[in-house]
Amino acid sequence: MLDVAPQTEVRELTYAEAIREAMAQAMEADPRVFTFGEDIGTYGGAFGVTGDLIHRFGAERVIDTPISELGMAGVAVGAALTGMRPVLEFQFSDFSLLASEQIINQAAKIRFMFGGKASVPLVIRMPGGSGTGAAAQHSQSLEAIFAHIPGLIVLQPSTPHDAKGLLLSALDNPNPVLIFEHKLLYKVKGPVPAQAYRVPIGQAAIRREGGDVSIITTGIMAVRATAAAERLAAEGIDAEVIDLRTIRPMDVPAIVKSVKKTSRALIVYESVKTLGVGAEISAAIAESEAFDYLDAPIARLGGKEVPLPYNPVLEKASVPQEDDIFNAARALVREGHI
Amino acid sequence: MASRAAVKKTQAGEPGTFTSKQELTAYREMLLIRRFEEKAGQLYGMGLIGGFCHLYIGQEAVVVGMQMTLKEGDQVITSYRDHGHMLACGMEARGVMAELTGRRGGYSRGKGGSMHMFSREKNFYGGHGIVGAQVPLGAGLAFANKYRGNDHVSLTYFGEGASNQGQVYESFNMAALWKLPVVFIIENNRYAMGTSITRAAAKSEELYLRGAAYGIAGEQVDGMDVRAVKEAGERAVAACRAGEGPYILEMMTYRYRGHSMSDPAKYRTKEEVQKMREEHDPIEQVKRRLLDGGIASEDDLKKIDADIRAIVTDSAEFAQSDLEPDPSELWTDVYLTA
Repeated sequence: MLDVAPQTEVRELTYAEAIREAMAQAMEADPRVFTFGEDIGTYGGAFGVTGDLIHRFGAERVIDTPISELGMAGVAVGAALTGMRPVLEFQFSDFSLLASEQIINQAAKIRFMFGGKASVPLVIRMPGGSGTGAAAQHSQSLEAIFAHIPGLIVLQPSTPHDAKGLLLSALDNPNPVLIFEHKLLYKVKGPVPAQAYRVPIGQAAIRREGGDVSIITTGIMAVRATAAAERLAAEGIDAEVIDLRTIRPMDVPAIVKSVKKTSRALIVYESVKTLGVGAEISAAIAESEAFDYLDAPIARLGGKEVPLPYNPVLEKASVPQEDDIFNAARALVREGHI
Repeated sequence: MASRAAVKKTQAGEPGTFTSKQELTAYREMLLIRRFEEKAGQLYGMGLIGGFCHLYIGQEAVVVGMQMTLKEGDQVITSYRDHGHMLACGMEARGVMAELTGRRGGYSRGKGGSMHMFSREKNFYGGHGIVGAQVPLGAGLAFANKYRGNDHVSLTYFGEGASNQGQVYESFNMAALWKLPVVFIIENNRYAMGTSITRAAAKSEELYLRGAAYGIAGEQVDGMDVRAVKEAGERAVAACRAGEGPYILEMMTYRYRGHSMSDPAKYRTKEEVQKMREEHDPIEQVKRRLLDGGIASEDDLKKIDADIRAIVTDSAEFAQSDLEPDPSELWTDVYLTA
């Protein structure tokens, strides 16, 4: 697989199709790759991500599991210990909490506690985020919980291109990698090269260059912030949008570089605002040389301090929307605070 | 200890007889574990071993008998009472003891301690500290065997205390559903730390039936008699190799020492422990047969004893003289570089 393929065909694929294509290419290239989850085979996945993979690769490699998140995760870790390359899908990222014992106490620790004698090349894919009316137990953004744990890698792609490229990188990576996909992005289309390629883990993307304010985002907030930035441009505010893509390890140099250029930082993320990803980004800026460049306090927009509600009006009010980002960025630039 | 009647109820017959060579092998292997553990207990008392140290004294026949049923490439995984399993798998006494003292020559380079060691070469998959968490991992090892199409078997050990954990039953279901070649070995030493099995488990006298709802064959075995262990183990391993799916062996055994090193011993009487030692000791049983059957003389056994003491003494000396890990080791093995 090549990182750059100038001759490759580029099509418009949905985020879900891009993930499926990555899975298919990985399974074609490596017989050790198999995928494992609830209703991912015959049904094709709760969100249709695995689709027809069972027909292409058979039920031996696209495996419907019982509803046993903890046990499934343990079986995947055990298989990974022997050098297999399992891709475990949780139907909703909320269900990963049932398996947190295997993810946090086993997968994350095994390499270290065995002094480097073992490794767990495991990929876990899971849909997270709000916006589908799925209420409190099917809408959370839990990336900060797992990103807190040394030994895990946590990814959050926002485009079809990155969803494919990061999944292929995750499969090359010999560590446990968790990928938080977003339910609202599965049907979003974008350009995706046909051949296999990788998006590097730990490297942020600049979605829009600008000089007035750095909007530092994760996941779907990169999409909303990019839309907000176009509206800001119409008002004469030139925003730079950083999409972290990887939550752990975080691309702190990219954040620092951008804030030094713009002197203002607005951090936008869907997970709960306090004690999470935004606090880490804020601290990274405050602890860096970018601190001396700041013309305004660091500002954050995050999920509200509530369980996610069902009602669509309440649900939208629970997490940052495009208007919120637009208003906050404008206030930060014009008034020096949000 | 279950009554002999209860054991007979599930045994196909009387324990098979051993050849002279098998008796000597079993004696030697069990004695190595016994002497190693006694030394570990001494070093703990001297303050040279910290943290936890769960001794296997009294249970030696279980792992030694089961190991006699395996062939190269079969896998072993267990909980934190793991020293005996590692020695039985052929791991070096030096490396195990040096891990107990946290030195750089330990199997995990001092980063795992008593509960966490691993050897791919010896097919030992750890050494796991969360009660029951190794059970789905063991099913995962078996899953990988089946996926690869080899005929290897995973021996997955856990205590009777772990047999009340939910992930054990998730594993039973998947193992039975997919006919995974895994022998679930319940080492029933009657006490989960200080809680007796009768205070913790429904139908505590018949844990071997706990797979019955999944159609998993189960046997209760006199785990103090290495011949009975091996005979039942042969049946279980053969069934797995033949593709018949998982098997449960409930090994009725007993630990003479405390759960770990700080154990108030308030949960059982001294007389109970003394009675087990005098009437059921697994090593004494073999020793009596060796002497009574004229297979070995007292002098022959003294020679074996001396050989083993030399191995154990050497391991203890190494574990005390070997260097502490370099401080830089703190930062290694958290991630494997891609």
